[in-house]
Amino acid sequence: MQIDWKSYNPGAFYDELISSPGYPRKSGRILARYLASLKSDDLQQRKTAAELAIKAMGISFTVYSEAGNIDREWPFDIIPRIITETQWQKTSQGLEQRLRALNCFIDDIYNDQKILKDKVVPAELIAKSVNFRKECIGMKPRHGVWAHICGTDLIRDTNGQFYVLEDNLRVPSGVSYMLENRKVTKRVFPELFENYNILPITEYTSHLFDTLAAISPRPLDYPEVVVLTPGIYNSAYFEHSFLAQRMGAELVEGGDLVVEDDCVYMRTINGLSRVDVIYRRIDDLFLDPEVFNPDSALGVPGLMRAWLKGNVALANAPGAGVADDKVIYTYVPAMIKYYLGEEPLLENVPSYLCVDEKQCQHVLANLDKLVVKPANESGGYGMLMGPQASKKERADFAKKIKANPRNYMAQPLISLSTAPVLVDRGAEPRHIDLRPFVLQGRDSYVTPGGLTRVAMVKGSYIVNSSQGGGSKDTWIVSDEER
Amino acid sequence: MLSRVAERIYWLGRYLERTENTARLLTVYSNLLLDLPRGAKVGWHTLVEITGSQDEFSKTYQNTDERSVNRFLLSDQNNYSSIISSLGLARENARTTREIIPTEAWEQINKLYLFTKESMGKATARGPRHQLLQDIIAHCQQIAGLLAGAMSHNSGYNFLRIARSLERADMTTRIVDVGSITLLPSLTQTGATAEQSTRPFANMIWMSVLHSLSAYQMYRQHVLDRVNGEDVVTFLLQDSQFPRAVRHCLGKLEACLKFLPNNEAALRQVSEAVALVDDANIAELLDSGLLEYIDELQVEFANIHASITETWFLPVVSEQQQSA
Repeated sequence: MQIDWKSYNPGAFYDELISSPGYPRKSGRILARYLASLKSDDLQQRKTAAELAIKAMGISFTVYSEAGNIDREWPFDIIPRIITETQWQKTSQGLEQRLRALNCFIDDIYNDQKILKDKVVPAELIAKSVNFRKECIGMKPRHGVWAHICGTDLIRDTNGQFYVLEDNLRVPSGVSYMLENRKVTKRVFPELFENYNILPITEYTSHLFDTLAAISPRPLDYPEVVVLTPGIYNSAYFEHSFLAQRMGAELVEGGDLVVEDDCVYMRTINGLSRVDVIYRRIDDLFLDPEVFNPDSALGVPGLMRAWLKGNVALANAPGAGVADDKVIYTYVPAMIKYYLGEEPLLENVPSYLCVDEKQCQHVLANLDKLVVKPANESGGYGMLMGPQASKKERADFAKKIKANPRNYMAQPLISLSTAPVLVDRGAEPRHIDLRPFVLQGRDSYVTPGGLTRVAMVKGSYIVNSSQGGGSKDTWIVSDEER
Repeated sequence: MLSRVAERIYWLGRYLERTENTARLLTVYSNLLLDLPRGAKVGWHTLVEITGSQDEFSKTYQNTDERSVNRFLLSDQNNYSSIISSLGLARENARTTREIIPTEAWEQINKLYLFTKESMGKATARGPRHQLLQDIIAHCQQIAGLLAGAMSHNSGYNFLRIARSLERADMTTRIVDVGSITLLPSLTQTGATAEQSTRPFANMIWMSVLHSLSAYQMYRQHVLDRVNGEDVVTFLLQDSQFPRAVRHCLGKLEACLKFLPNNEAALRQVSEAVALVDDANIAELLDSGLLEYIDELQVEFANIHASITETWFLPVVSEQQQSA
């Protein structure tokens, strides 16, 4: 398992550590040299140490389909990914800008709908959006913010430029793994931290708490903030519990909450106790059986009433998902110009909308070159990877697109950048993406770096943990070496 | 503190204590059987009876031999009172209260579970089994220490201690039960006259009863006379200072309950149990009626549990109906 960078070949892709066989990028020189200096036993030992640490710390995620083995250890590659601070700065500003525009958009959509009246975004897109919640019309959340927590997926093309792949504005997950990855790396490669100036990420949970506390409807020094989880069998339960613990907030399930006189209370050993802010990790449609899915046992009857009356804050606000839609996504650069009067700092991946007849024709004619995505799926489900799909799969997918064009958009297959991962014979390139987390309340905050997800299968582009993806610690390092 | 969290922490406390108690029981019993003469008809079935799982046992096992009983109580995942099941449930309750208990405590509980699961297959011979059980006991003690030293002594911690005290009191009565009733009559059936044959063994048995509760040393310091049934039972039921004595556990329980809101009903139940212990005439009970008396005590414990559940836990049936 010795690493020899001369035999490491990223090919045509942008590799984040090694620019061509034997040549590490400047920021990665120390890391590459250090890794190559480790003997096979030593590398293996670090890998095992990481696995043991993950097991002992109980860092896990849940896979629904595997009955009996519900909690799986988090897949982690020990080689950190390095991004320089200069590269990161612009990206970080771009992310903040993007979320500001998205929040303006959501607030506008549920109130004046100026952007529709000005025909910057076609009104029919909203009318047909499955994530538009008519119940939210007229609502004015504090600071005009609907999406307080956003997970934006970024990718880098063959030139190393960052592009936004999608915005996750409903219940983005993964931040706990970002934090735990750093902890594991510190256990495995403590000596590397002496040679790099790595921006710390541990402050995230404090910022998250501040963001949540700032939207409390009652002006208290210590508002009651809770994390609402679907329960112990949810795939992200680890994260819910982790965040509650780090914020010192209560982790509640629907059954713990009750609405009386349009206020939300939790059942405690002292009786009922008022709740001010709910960081909810359940989908809109399960929030309140009185308003949405009547069969939902996860939610709280009356919750929407309490929220609409302004007696409790919900993060993210119900209805925020209207902007988390792969078709609306294509309009984000236009929104940035429209609401902020600024040029977008971060680019979108070029996209084709099937709802536009001309563009749809193009998509159907080029299915073998494109990636087609449904507007409202997450986790990489329901999409077509054109270049890798069979003829029949493409034909079947074409039928779906024709039946419901509003529901699909397509993008050229962007060559995701790669980074070395440790395999049995040394290091090999694997495709990666990046999910930074962006907060907006009274102030904004962007995590330095984010969660790097890795497609662990050679050649694969699928990075989702539910489909065999792994992860890496992500370092934003200052360009000057320590 | 959320009612649901209180409930999970309570069960965490009970399952951790149950794990330790079961490990103690298996250890001491193995030692005891080595000391008894071949003819003595004390068998492994007694252990199944102590844990109250005869029905469960007979479903899977034909013989009450050493191997089956140890497997049943240590590594059988179908037996809800086995060590591995108790640990699994302790871990699940710890996992789902990770936001409340100290991270190190969760990691230790998780590790203990993983360690036991990995080691139990190799622990069929007496030597390795003894070592494993010792390790489990030591780990449990470590976890208890960690919780005492790293968790604020708040409501959550009180629920842990309440659970531990109740589980402990319950286990002590079960062990006394065994010592006094189940063991002795079976010994007298060995053929020799009762007077002659049981006397040396009776002392040995009482000694091992004390050992199983780590009570031997404290008993010797407290009771200056030689080991005898009446003093042992009195010590284990009525002593207010020994941590595993029923009276002491009830005292702790009472003290912890006093920190909680709306504690009247639960405190009343505890007072009833205390009166039952304090007023008992052990000498008389040893002559006749100890079995019924202990049953009565266990009903009191069940009432305390019911009262705690009713006062502080969620009214709805929780997702994991656990066994008291």
